[in-house]
Amino acid sequence: MAIAPEKIEVPAGSGAAHDDNFHNPPEKPSAQFHHDADEKTADLRHRELIQSALGKYYVARAGKQSKFQNWGAARQTAAEVKWEAVGHLDQYLREFEEKITARGTKVFWASTEEEARDYIVGVIKDAGARRIIKSKTMTGEEIHLNAALEKEGFEVAESDLGEYIVQLREEAPYHFVFPAMHLSRGEISDLFREKLGTAATDSPEELTMIAREVMREKYIAADVGISGGNFAIAETGMISITENEGNARLSVSLPKIHIAIMGIEKVLPKMSDLALFLPMLATAGAGQALTGYNTLLGGPKQEGEIDGPQEFHVVLLDNGRTKLLADPEQRDALSCIRCGACLNVCPIFKNVGGHTYGTTYQGPIGSVITPHFKEMQTWKHLSSASSLCGACTETCPVKIDLAHHLLQNRRNAATQKPVWWEKWAMKGFAWFMNQPRLYRLALKLAPLAQAFHPLVKGRRLDPLYVWTAGREFPKVKRETFKDFWAKRGNLG
Amino acid sequence: MKITLFIPCFVDSFYPQTGRAMVRIFEKLGHTLDYKPQLTCCGQPPFNAGYWDESRQIAVKVLDALGDAERVVIPSGSCGAMLKVFYNELFIGTPREADARALGEKTFEFSDFLVNELGVTDIGAKFPHAVTWHDGCHGLRELGIKTEPRALLENVEGLELREMGEAATCCGFGGLFSAKFPSISVAMGQVKTKSALETGTKYIVSNDGSCLMHIQGVLDREKRGMKCLHLAEVLNQGW
Repeated sequence: MAIAPEKIEVPAGSGAAHDDNFHNPPEKPSAQFHHDADEKTADLRHRELIQSALGKYYVARAGKQSKFQNWGAARQTAAEVKWEAVGHLDQYLREFEEKITARGTKVFWASTEEEARDYIVGVIKDAGARRIIKSKTMTGEEIHLNAALEKEGFEVAESDLGEYIVQLREEAPYHFVFPAMHLSRGEISDLFREKLGTAATDSPEELTMIAREVMREKYIAADVGISGGNFAIAETGMISITENEGNARLSVSLPKIHIAIMGIEKVLPKMSDLALFLPMLATAGAGQALTGYNTLLGGPKQEGEIDGPQEFHVVLLDNGRTKLLADPEQRDALSCIRCGACLNVCPIFKNVGGHTYGTTYQGPIGSVITPHFKEMQTWKHLSSASSLCGACTETCPVKIDLAHHLLQNRRNAATQKPVWWEKWAMKGFAWFMNQPRLYRLALKLAPLAQAFHPLVKGRRLDPLYVWTAGREFPKVKRETFKDFWAKRGNLG
Repeated sequence: MKITLFIPCFVDSFYPQTGRAMVRIFEKLGHTLDYKPQLTCCGQPPFNAGYWDESRQIAVKVLDALGDAERVVIPSGSCGAMLKVFYNELFIGTPREADARALGEKTFEFSDFLVNELGVTDIGAKFPHAVTWHDGCHGLRELGIKTEPRALLENVEGLELREMGEAATCCGFGGLFSAKFPSISVAMGQVKTKSALETGTKYIVSNDGSCLMHIQGVLDREKRGMKCLHLAEVLNQGW
């Protein structure tokens, strides 16, 4: 059961808490989810903050979607390209490896998060390096890289503004695209004042300048730059990095060594596929026509080039992805381009917030893939924590059938290891519903029982407490529809 | 045409007036009606909980009872989606696969049936009030019903439709979800009622009684004085 990498000790006061589930590793993820969900849903300030932030996103996204000649057709094409790539991962990944290795890049295939961590730590140790600058990488979060690096005594700095903010707060990213979206400008200003001794400010520009000044020194001092990768292009052997701050470019080009880590599903067959995927990622993810900086990296510094790292390593991570690939129903979940659109439209995410999930990948996509990447029984509660409204499926730019995958996870979890009382409750329910006479009798008695309901309503004694704690329960009518129908003389 | 009404459990017990309204409307339009009183439930609760064997035990009774029906009409997008979409998944690879598909093809949600099958958008109803509309998720996203109920409301004399910002946002019911995760469910309900209240209307209308049950529950707890009505109840007014 992969609840958290408990084996790694967390250095006190370090940014290691940046990883998921470090706060309460012994607590069961489902208990932690329920607890945090209760807390966050009651936090009206949080509700307001997220509603307002996403309200701006919806407007921006709608505007940029309308610039596509046909957004629906673009989604269909994107889904087909990813389906082709995911369906032939063996072929495209080998092509990618061959092309990028030819320019002096080292490619490492990591089956597990441990293998990926060990390789990265090994590269840094071999180089005698100490200072690491990172640009945003969710795959790095997935393998709990920061904790592993800090345990080795390396100095790790996040260069993405949002990531830097949550690193200073020693917490996990709130949202895999917008790590600090749960914080107001005032809170960020207070954080900088406390940690960096800067003056209070409400201006986003000034806050950015504060972070930039800190970062500039770290870029220059860093021995190693670590990044993720948004796409790997098989045809040309390049990785594509998308960002808005320019920090990724600096992180990977100034230090002597660049290590990029990405999931094996990030491969695209052709360079020309980016013509669709770059604007699509920007539009779906952030309501932008195109992200500020789009960088293609094809290897370390080549002969005759004046800059770039001396060493370039690409870590290709499996970590459960091939398990998902083997699932014929849910394979399309590997098409995900991590745009975060499904989080942004998810009413569950908007009410419980990102940290409540306790996972690297929050929201609908996280609820779908986490049981595959980790373990079903420990993480199945995420698939139940959905009203199945389908807003995720409707919005996904690569048309992943997220809502139905949540249903399939529920079925797989119950088939694999049914919860005994749920199984009996469902058996009882099915039996009862198949006894129309008993059902009718119960309906006749219900109004009588409901007459006494006020005595216990909304209290723990109330059999309907889960409903009545927050809502009123409807009254069973004395004349049901069937009674009405019988009275009309339609029934004997 | 002979129309068989599928009356979901919550309509039968809590909101029989929705079923009565459908009967009156279809009879006005000159159709004969049928109803299968032995049917109690579509099997969605065990299906959504992941217990598909138990769901099938209920669903086969539906397949049996509705096998010879000409058209089946349901006043709920959610139960409609169960019969039309999810039965196909539930029975795939079983001996009843073809029956499930056949039932799906002749089953319709109420507003979809009126507008797209009968070609009716004007019942001759009068309802001199401002109302706001809630799109039930399953009707909207599994069955693609969005314009049909609006077309019907447009022709109700005196009715003014004021759309709310969160019309297409889930009300938080989600069946067993509302019992398993009550705090999230209620919070979603509150987002919905807040948006509805901002329209300044007195009525929330929808084509899904299960959503309305949840929304009314939240409204009543908040003592908002707003009332939920099924589309059929609105179309049943003034004639």
